[in-house]
Order: sequence, then structure tokens, then C-alpha cells
Amino acid sequence: MHFGLTDEQNLLQNTLRRLTAEQVSASRLREIFNSDVGFDEAIWKSAAEIGLCGLTISEQFGGADLPLLDLALAFEVLGEAAVPGPFLSHALATLAISLSGSDAQKAKWLPRLASGECVGGFAFAEAGERWSSADWQIGSEDNRISGTKEFTEVGPETQLIVVGQKGGKLGLVDAHASGLAREAIDGIDRTRPLSRLHFDAVPIEPLSIGAAGAIGAAGARSAAELVLDAARILLAADALGAAWKMIRVTAEYAQTREQFGTPIAQFQAVKHQLADMAMEAEAMRGLIWYAAYAFDNLPHELAREAATTKAHVTDRAVQIGRDAVALHGGIGFTWECDVQFFVKRTMFDRVWLGSPESHRERVAALANW
Amino acid sequence: MELEYGPQYDAFREEVKSFLRALPPVLERKDFLRQATELGYIYRHIPKRFGGSEQSFDPIHETIVSECFDAHPFDWSWRLGPQNVGMLVPTLLEAGSDEQRERFIPPTLVGDAVWCQAYSEPGAGSDLASLRSTAHLDGDEWVINGQKIWTSDADQAGFMFGMFRTEPEADKHAGISYLLLEMNQPGIDVRPLRQITGATHFFEVFFDNVRTPADWIVGQRGEGWRVARANLKYERSLGGGPRLRQRFSALLSLARTTMRQGRPATEDPVIQQRLAEIEGEVRCAETMTLRQLSAAARGEDALVMLPLLVNKLYGTEIGERIAQLGFDLIGSEGLMAPTRSTWDSVSSSAADTDWVDQYLFELASGIAAGSSNIQRNVIGERGLGLPRDLRRPAPGETAR
Repeated sequence: MHFGLTDEQNLLQNTLRRLTAEQVSASRLREIFNSDVGFDEAIWKSAAEIGLCGLTISEQFGGADLPLLDLALAFEVLGEAAVPGPFLSHALATLAISLSGSDAQKAKWLPRLASGECVGGFAFAEAGERWSSADWQIGSEDNRISGTKEFTEVGPETQLIVVGQKGGKLGLVDAHASGLAREAIDGIDRTRPLSRLHFDAVPIEPLSIGAAGAIGAAGARSAAELVLDAARILLAADALGAAWKMIRVTAEYAQTREQFGTPIAQFQAVKHQLADMAMEAEAMRGLIWYAAYAFDNLPHELAREAATTKAHVTDRAVQIGRDAVALHGGIGFTWECDVQFFVKRTMFDRVWLGSPESHRERVAALANW
Repeated sequence: MELEYGPQYDAFREEVKSFLRALPPVLERKDFLRQATELGYIYRHIPKRFGGSEQSFDPIHETIVSECFDAHPFDWSWRLGPQNVGMLVPTLLEAGSDEQRERFIPPTLVGDAVWCQAYSEPGAGSDLASLRSTAHLDGDEWVINGQKIWTSDADQAGFMFGMFRTEPEADKHAGISYLLLEMNQPGIDVRPLRQITGATHFFEVFFDNVRTPADWIVGQRGEGWRVARANLKYERSLGGGPRLRQRFSALLSLARTTMRQGRPATEDPVIQQRLAEIEGEVRCAETMTLRQLSAAARGEDALVMLPLLVNKLYGTEIGERIAQLGFDLIGSEGLMAPTRSTWDSVSSSAADTDWVDQYLFELASGIAAGSSNIQRNVIGERGLGLPRDLRRPAPGETAR
């Protein structure tokens, strides 16, 4: 029995932390927040060099063949450094192809995705809170897709898009195909820019629906649903990282900021608020580990664990962000204060894929309450 | 990561279950505890010569035994009051003399010697070291005067352990000694303390020239504060996961059987949201317990320092939310005085739960054994490295 991290998993996180310490400075993040470009090619390349772009891809196709837990641990570090780039959607695209691509599709795309040379995207949501695969409306005819997808992490750098269609089907679209128009949206988190995609009879190559391979007979669920469960878990892991970052930054600030002649950390009102934030954040860590472990090992528990985790963690992480701003006082409310990077990170994590309420509804439905 | 205990533990669980199945229908607790010790199921950390089973530390083994014993329908609680095996015994193991260990530990382990704890005083709660009950040596006896409060089991205990001020000239912490005494003697007045629930589970104890032998001191004079903390290293609370899951199950059955507009309350979207939110918190507590169990089993306690620090406060807050929803679900029944006592119910099924009593009783969780605001100080200072509190200087100390 071991419910904890291995040396290799700690090494993975620390390797990534070293990279983010070198490359993702506060000034770089501020530049990104003051621009409309959320992709940093240098950061993407360095992350790809240490294997981040293919963590869960099988070794046969150039990946590290690691479980989702390891990917979630990496996302925790991405969250704590507010790393810019479409790492989430890229990971979801690799999972979709790994779970339901044909051998030829895998052989064609996975090595390029694993190396980071090809940036993957995942387009699924539609207007009107249609996040879940059962809600997707647009479909294809004769392998040509038409319609609009919202809130996609697809930018000029994206080359391959996995697109969700009516009936929970998934297909591959060339991001530069004619008939595909990308309309940038000014999103809340400028490290993860969003676009609206208009498809007009764009060629789409279907992925098979079944969840092949690792999931086996126990997972009668579609690949699309599994990918969304992975997304729920990765968003939560990202939010945990951002939440802890804000707690640490705020604890430091409270020890340097003086009012009434003493560091404000010495006031119990401040100390107790920070203690509550730390309690909430630490309590969520095991929840994320368990859900990620369920993805690879407990298929019958996965859907409910993923929904519980997404709802709970992103809910509390946003609150931790609001408390962090409150404890910073006036400076916390300014555009110049670094806390905003992480506040917005958690806001994105909370909203993308649906609200905590919608996920709690799902938790209730899955248990037949 | 691996969540299975492994085949040797699965076999062990079966062994414990068949032991329980083979027990005679009528059995005294004392005999049960003796058998369970002989088979090595309990008291692993206690040497055989003091009545324990003397085995290496194995928290998974202990968890399996607790789970199996808890699920068995005994006529009595198989756990003795926590102050006995959880506090007095480890304190004696750590700081007692061999005479004290030989005399007191064996009868305590089977429930023949029942103890009560004398720590808190009306003027010494969170600031426990400011306690004022005194003991002074008169020949070969200590003479004790003063008052203690929140003493569980004082009505049935034959013995008491506690902290008393023996060195009035010394500093606050250095003036305290840890003494043992017999309850059945003149000068001791035990008065029941009625709680907010209306029931009585605690007592006040008044001391008027109460006597105890000079060698019934544990450790040296003035070491009482340190002695009382010695048992902390045995205190491996793995968090409130199982207890909160049990409470949540009771809450869920209450919701299933409570009708709202002709439908079970579980179908009400508002109730669903509250239940699902609480379940998320319960899952956090459960996985935090799992982290601690795993770390304890692998000797990696340092990896779970934060969970250890936040356990109690988290359990208090989630327990509060469970009780609150239960109280809301029972509707106008919430206007009625409690009829059953949470404290006395051996099982915690929904049918056995008086939710009014539960809602009131839950208040104790944020007060007893380190109040929630004290917990927040500890999390802030030890968990986040924040500076210590502003506090009033003691007499003679200069203000900071």
C-alpha cells in the first residue's frame, strides 16, 4: 500500500520546477498579460525537451508512457508557475488519439505530438454551457464538419485539432485547413488564450468511438468522456498548484508588510485566514491523487471521482485566490500585483468544462440520489 | 501509488473476521481484550511484561483490526475511554517508573483500572500552563487543593492523572508536576456538569486536602508539562476520514428517507448540491487519512506534516457541515429538545442519530482538545512559518 509519490514523481515535479523557475518569470508573465500572445515558443520547446508534451503517450510512439497521475503532478507545477501555453488541450488531444485512434493515426500523430513539434488542440464546447459530450450538437457529413466551437485553447501555433461532435464522436482536423476560421477571444487568463472556431465543411478524419487499450472492458464509456474526465482532473491539479502558490506568496507578503508597527502576519485575523487557506489546499491534494489514480486503475470510480474533484478543488481554489487578494489589500487589487496571474488561473480552471454546481449535479446523478 | 493492502493483509483481515465470528455470544469485555491481546491484535506498542502484545509498529495492521472490531456488534464499546490507553499508558511507558508501569498498566489495559484526566481548570483552558490547582509535599504524601473541569468519566474512574502546580516560585511551565491519585477518598468532590445538550458527560472535580503518595509522581518535580506531552509521539491520529464517512452515510440515509413535496429530499436539487459539496469534503478527509496511513506505514511522517496539522480543524468543519444539513433536513423536529444522546449511541446509523443533539454536540469538536482558533495558530506558525502571536508579557517579562 502506498498512497504517496514515488522518487520518480518527485523528480518529475522538481525538474519541471527548475524549468519554470528559469523560464517563467513574473516579468515574462506580465509581458504576456499586457499582450495578446499567450504562447511562448521557448517555454514550449523547453517543456517538450524534458518530455512534458508526451508524458502519457506510449513509449512506442516516443512518449514516457506514464499514468495520468504523473501528468496531473506536472499540471500542479504548471499551475503554480502560471506557465503559458496550451498544455492542457495538447494533453487532451494526445489522450484522445491514444485512447481511440487507429494504429495508423497513432503512428502518424503521436510521435510528433510527443516531441512537441506538433501542437495539439481540443475543440469540444459549444455555446450555452455545452461542455459534456452528450451536449455536443455539431456533426459532420461525408467527413466534413460545419458549425462553431467555443472556448478552445487553439492558437496560431496549433497544428492538429481533436474535435468533438454530436454523439460524443471525436475526429481530427488540420488546424490550417481551408474553411476553418479562428476568431480570438480576449479571455480571462491570458496565459491560456481562447478562440472561437468556425468550421465550414472542413475535412474531418474520425477517431473510433471505443475506449481501446488500457481502459479495457470495465470502461464502457466513450473515449470522449474519458478525455473529459482527464481534463477535470488536470484542471483541478492546475488549480491546486495555483492555490498553493498564492498561499505561499501571501504568507511571505504578510511577513514583510507592516501596519500598526508590526508585520501583519502577527495579527491573528491574518494568520487564521492563511491557516484556513492552507487547510483547504492541503486537504485537496489526496483527492486529486485519488482521482488521477482512478483514471488508470479504478474505472468504475472514475466518473464520480473526477466530477467531485473538479467541483471541489476549483471551487476552493478560487476562494483561496480571493482571500489572497484580500490579504494583500490595495496592492492586491492592482494589475501590477503578481497574484492576479494565479487568481485568473483558478477562475479559468473553475469555469472551463463547467461550474462546480454542474459537476455536483453530475455527482448526484451518478450516484442515483 | 498502490491502494491494495496486499495479500498478507487480506489474509490477516480474514483471520480477524473468523476470530470475531467464533466468539461466544455472551462475553465480557475484559476477556475479549485479553484474547485479542494474546492473538496480537491490540496493544502492539506495549511490552508483554506490562500486558501488551509487544510487536513492531504496523499501522495497516492496526487499521484492519479497528475496522473489523468496529463493524462487530459487541454489547459494549471495545475501545476503553481514550484517556486510558491513549494517554495514561503511553505517558507511563515514556516517563513512569518501572513500579508505576507494573502496577498500573496491566489493569488499565483490560478496563479494571479506569482513569480520568485532570488538566483543564476554569481559568486554564487554551492557556493550560496557567493552571493553579496546587500540590505540596507533607511528609511522604502530596496534598492537593483546587479545581479541575471537563473531566470525563470522573464518576466511574478509580484513578486520576493530572497536572498540578507544585513549584509556586518557578516559571509557569516549570512549576507543574504530573501526579496520579485515587478517586475514592475524602476531600474529592465530583459534580456533574450539564452540557448545552442537556445531558451530562463531564464533571467538575474539587480537591480539598486530597492525598496521594509522594512516589505517585510521574517524572521529576516540575517536569509535569513535559511529561504530559510525552505521549504525543504515540499519538498517531490518522485523521477523521472513517468517522466523517460514517456520519455522511447517516446523513445520506436521512436525506433518502426525508420526504419533501412527496419526494425524497435526495431528489431536491438544493439538497443534492449540499450533499455533493459535503461529500467532496469527506473525500478530502478520507484521502488525507489515506496519505497519513501510507506515510506512517512507510516511516515517512515528515511527508505528511501539513495533514497532521490540519486534521483536527478540517474534521471539525466538515462534522459541523454534516450536522447542519441533518438539522435542516429534520425541519420542524429541530424545534424539539434532544431525546437521545449522541455520546451514548454505539453505532452512528441515521436511525440512531438525534440530529438536534448531534447539531449541538458538534460544537464540542471545535472547543475540546485544542480549540479551532488554537489550531489555526498552530497551522499558521508551524505549517506556514508565520511569526508567533502577539501576547501579553508575563510578569517580569519585557513586552515585545
